Amino acid sequence: MTQGTPSQGQSVSGAELRLDQVVKRYPGQKVPAVQSLSLTIPAGEIVAFVGPSGCGKTTSLKMINRLIEPTSGTILIDGNDIRQESATSLRRKIGYVIQGGSLFPHMTVATNVGVVPKMLGWDAARIAERTDELLDLVGLDPDRYRDRYPRELSGGQQQRVGVARGLAADPPVILMDEPFGAVDPITRQRLQDELISIQRELGKTIVCVTHDIDEAIKLGDRILILQEGARIAQYDTPENILAAPANDFVADFVGAGSTLKQLSLTRVRSLDLNQPTTARVGEEMGPVLARAEAAGDDEVVILDDRDRPVAWPWLRQMRNKTKVIGEPRENLVTLDEAATLNDALDTMLTAAHSKAIVTGDRDRYLGVLDFETVTEHMRSAEREAAENVENAEKAESAESIEDPAPTGEAGHG
Amino acid sequence: MAESTPVAVDEESGPPEGKRGARVITREMVIMLTVPPVLVAIVFGAFVWWRQTAELDSVEANQLRWSELRTLMWEHVQLTVVAAIIVVLVAVPLGIMLTRRQFRAAVPFVVGIANAGQAAPSVGLIVLLFLWLDGGFWTAIWALSLYGILPVLRNTIVGIEGVDPTLVEAGRGIGMTGWMTLFKIELPLSIPVIMAGVRTSLVLIAGTASLACFINAGGLGEVLQTGISLFRFSLMVTGAVLIALLALLIEWLGRVLELVTRPKGI
Repeated sequence: MTQGTPSQGQSVSGAELRLDQVVKRYPGQKVPAVQSLSLTIPAGEIVAFVGPSGCGKTTSLKMINRLIEPTSGTILIDGNDIRQESATSLRRKIGYVIQGGSLFPHMTVATNVGVVPKMLGWDAARIAERTDELLDLVGLDPDRYRDRYPRELSGGQQQRVGVARGLAADPPVILMDEPFGAVDPITRQRLQDELISIQRELGKTIVCVTHDIDEAIKLGDRILILQEGARIAQYDTPENILAAPANDFVADFVGAGSTLKQLSLTRVRSLDLNQPTTARVGEEMGPVLARAEAAGDDEVVILDDRDRPVAWPWLRQMRNKTKVIGEPRENLVTLDEAATLNDALDTMLTAAHSKAIVTGDRDRYLGVLDFETVTEHMRSAEREAAENVENAEKAESAESIEDPAPTGEAGHG
Repeated sequence: MAESTPVAVDEESGPPEGKRGARVITREMVIMLTVPPVLVAIVFGAFVWWRQTAELDSVEANQLRWSELRTLMWEHVQLTVVAAIIVVLVAVPLGIMLTRRQFRAAVPFVVGIANAGQAAPSVGLIVLLFLWLDGGFWTAIWALSLYGILPVLRNTIVGIEGVDPTLVEAGRGIGMTGWMTLFKIELPLSIPVIMAGVRTSLVLIAGTASLACFINAGGLGEVLQTGISLFRFSLMVTGAVLIALLALLIEWLGRVLELVTRPKGI
């Protein structure tokens, strides 16, 4: 549990992003597409913008890199107004990742990734080095892929290159517009996992537009749920949104079974693991049986000489043998500590013991996770989130006595 | 098992290695690139054989001298190529301009004029310009260029407008200027369409150049014209066949050009 917290050791290279009363009104439109959006995105966090189509989430995103110019209001990156410099030089400092990758089909993978560094005037050697580094980061072997054309890649690979292109010039802020919308569910899950791990390494500020609440829950450090006109329905951590939706709109949008959705929020490593009796391959059976009976365990986890679990027999299966024997490791289903509770429950349902063995780096044995621990965790998480929200509301109402016009509620009339 | 490792993946290793290659070359393209030159060579060989063995009277023999034919053919090629170059130099920039936002409203107007230029009978166009500018090579070039401008203009507009707008926005979104998106994205991606227009124009111009002889600008039309006015069947057929062969060859060259200029990767 000591090394479990994800924020530890994370370097933040992102910048704070602030939107202040940003309005976008298109000519001839009665209702603005975005009516007064105010929002602070802390440096180094992923914020997911979600909402029904037409709610103004993409418009809001595109105002950050000035693909759409706001009608009024200011946007600050790291405290600087984005209108201080030209739109093109601003955009070169903001990563932009689009659905499907939107790679330029007549350029090789390497050229695609190197477009922005080239515009910034990097020399060829540095661009080549950076390109290889990024391809490696997104899980593509540079030697194999750098000279290919997008046509020669699968959808998921194109999307990976798209992410690499967005990261190329090491921008503090990255905007993603439905980044994984165009790939199949399995690839999407994989790309999401990879983005989370990349983000843990880089600590960028990422704004990600999606219409998929599950994606938002999985990726977002915070979620911004928008209603029509980009009015903020709720802006909070996924935990709090799931535990205590701010209003009916959010509750409907988050959908039924939101308690179940929390399962994909939590990683196995943040739960307490049981430490049942273990034994080594080759040990005498007698003392092992004695240990297990003393501890009241019905089963024993058997480890090999490198601490990797190899078998998980019931006591009664062991009694008629004289020595502890292992089995091929491949036959035992285990869980990685980075797996979500969703994955954990899945594994438990198929396991003989209704529990799951959890492993760490290089399959080293960590402990056993049981069903009760998971349910207990969910209950307490829910309670905690509800308390958080209550406290926040109290604090807010206390504030609003001093300040009679809270911006967050202004749009509700 | 948990899926959390960001290492290389094989679930989707892309198209098989065998399909790799810089350009897509379809079976149809192979046929279109190999058959015409073979056909031209066969027919031209037959013509040479006939020309060497046939018994010609003095008029025919004079008109069908190899040196005479070579001159006429060279004139024809010059007319075609120079007019085509002018067409490209005018129509491509014009087409690009018309796809810029501020000029987009003018598209129907300009395409309408170009349409009229092509719809007008080519003889009429040539004769009108003759009355205005007097005869000769450059008058013919004027007429041929006007006549051939439409396909290139139209394809330039269609080609650029056909570029996936999300790619253009992607370019803008990562910080390209308007000129950069034009030269690095829009133009390269529309080159196949533009070149198809150039090929169409080349063929149109090569055919129409046979009328240049009416205004004293030479070309293979002269053989045809002499044949018609003197009613020499051999001259008429020779003129028609040589013009057709030249047009076929030019169309083939157009295809080669299309293939060579097509950017890798598309």
